[in-house]
Amino acid sequence: MIIKQVSVFLENKSGRLSEVTRILGDAGINISAFTIADTSDFGILRLVVSDPDEACKVLRDSDFSVQTTEVLLANSPNKPGGLAQMLEFLNAKGAFIEYMYAFSMNEDQATIVIRPTNMQRCLAILEEYAG
Amino acid sequence: MIWNRTIECASRDEMAAIQSERLIRTVQRVYHNIPSYRTKMQEKGLVPADIKSVEDITKLPFTIKSDLRDNYPFGMFTVPMSEIVRLHASSGTTGKPTVVGYTRNDLQMWAEVVTRSLGMAGVHQKDIVQVAYGYGLFTGGLGLHYGTENLGATVIPISGGNTQKQIQLMQDFQSTVIACTPSYALYLSEVMQEMGVDPESLKLRIGIFGAEPWSESMRREIESKLKIKAIDIYGLSEVVGPGVSCECEYQCGMHVNEDHFIPEIINPETLDPVAPGEIGELVFSTITKEGIPILRYRTRDLTRLIYDKCECGRTLVRMEKCMGRSDDMLIIRGVNVFPSQVESVLLSMSETEPHYLLIVDRVGTLDVLKLMVEVQEQFFSDEVRQLEALKKKITHNIQSILGISVDVKLVEPKTIERTAGKAKRVIDNRKI
Repeated sequence: MIIKQVSVFLENKSGRLSEVTRILGDAGINISAFTIADTSDFGILRLVVSDPDEACKVLRDSDFSVQTTEVLLANSPNKPGGLAQMLEFLNAKGAFIEYMYAFSMNEDQATIVIRPTNMQRCLAILEEYAG
Repeated sequence: MIWNRTIECASRDEMAAIQSERLIRTVQRVYHNIPSYRTKMQEKGLVPADIKSVEDITKLPFTIKSDLRDNYPFGMFTVPMSEIVRLHASSGTTGKPTVVGYTRNDLQMWAEVVTRSLGMAGVHQKDIVQVAYGYGLFTGGLGLHYGTENLGATVIPISGGNTQKQIQLMQDFQSTVIACTPSYALYLSEVMQEMGVDPESLKLRIGIFGAEPWSESMRREIESKLKIKAIDIYGLSEVVGPGVSCECEYQCGMHVNEDHFIPEIINPETLDPVAPGEIGELVFSTITKEGIPILRYRTRDLTRLIYDKCECGRTLVRMEKCMGRSDDMLIIRGVNVFPSQVESVLLSMSETEPHYLLIVDRVGTLDVLKLMVEVQEQFFSDEVRQLEALKKKITHNIQSILGISVDVKLVEPKTIERTAGKAKRVIDNRKI
């Protein structure tokens, strides 16, 4: 499944992450997953949220630089080797991944967020894998 | 040592007579040779005959840096290129440098004023002078070089940088004089410490420092760390380069070589002359230069003139250390930096907007320039490497214009303060 991920530019300074989460919380937006890509002086906060468009709006209103990016959501069995199997398949089929992160909603399933280089191609490979 | 006693110890009347004669000649030359000067004089209803003595200098129009830029590269030269034997250039406000040309006589005059300056500083024929100013388009290196040769001392033309080698040569060649920027002098002392070189073991006795503003406290620090006498030398390429003025051993203001460069102090707002001894903007007219004579050049440096006779015996007027500017120019590691240069770079890049802040700090002994640029949404990328590439591109573009390294930091939008009036573009944290 393709979803919209929200990316926020953050300077490395204290309190900025809590500010983002507070703004989203006050707007009634739930965060399902997030990750931070950091460098020595800035970071990119990537979020999977209940309402990406609204999240962008409220963050922009608070002067954050925000962007939405399409990412793929894939399910993987929450057990040893589950992710390895999926990644091996993707690799064998030639999908290239820019970045990924994961969260698990329950004991059986983990959800993987994938930002591939080629969205449609990766989606097709994942469908093949699931099917 | 007083190199040219006749001039350096002339009475005020004698000096005024020399200045009057030379000023009159210079005004005639520029009026007849440089259309832009002629136009400016005509606009004021002036003809060369109106300038009868040095007293009349205040009638003349001013020259500013942009006049040189507008006539880039050679429009202000009064002689054909066949007579120009050397070009130098300094950084300009929009990336175009300010170009100056010297005739053979100009180079001789320049060597003479630098030689006088070295004499003021206490340098003798038997000294070994390590010139650690940059050689090249910058006037510092070659200016000191030819003055030292003219004096008859030994010059080590090592140029800037290469700090360990500088110290090595000080040991091996037994340099007695170092010429560089004051901040580099402090850096040299740090590196000496790291290398375990005791300044007492060196033969250094005099430092000739210029090309950037420095305070009395910095002087004391350099003198105690390097065990030398630290002398302030002043100059700018538009006038000639280093040697326009220099301190003597009494270190109480820089003697202006006023038989070649007439100094004035004006109020930068009203442009009127200030009362004697008051602080204002320093203005220079060159009265012997052939290649590019310049009348009433506004240096933007703030200082005052002291006419009392100096204990050294020289009667040449003294100017105090320049401690401020009447424009927003920064001097970083001897390089002139205008915020507008940074702005034009950012404007020329499609990815950026000119929301920036320059922060200058002195870390240890070296000036560092940090540039904060806001990450606007249109160029915010979700991918780290794209942001890093952007940062690299900004860094590269700024460095190639300014000629000094810059540390670019990407910041969140609207974090740089907006003001209704003139935006604050510079924070200078240096304590100098």
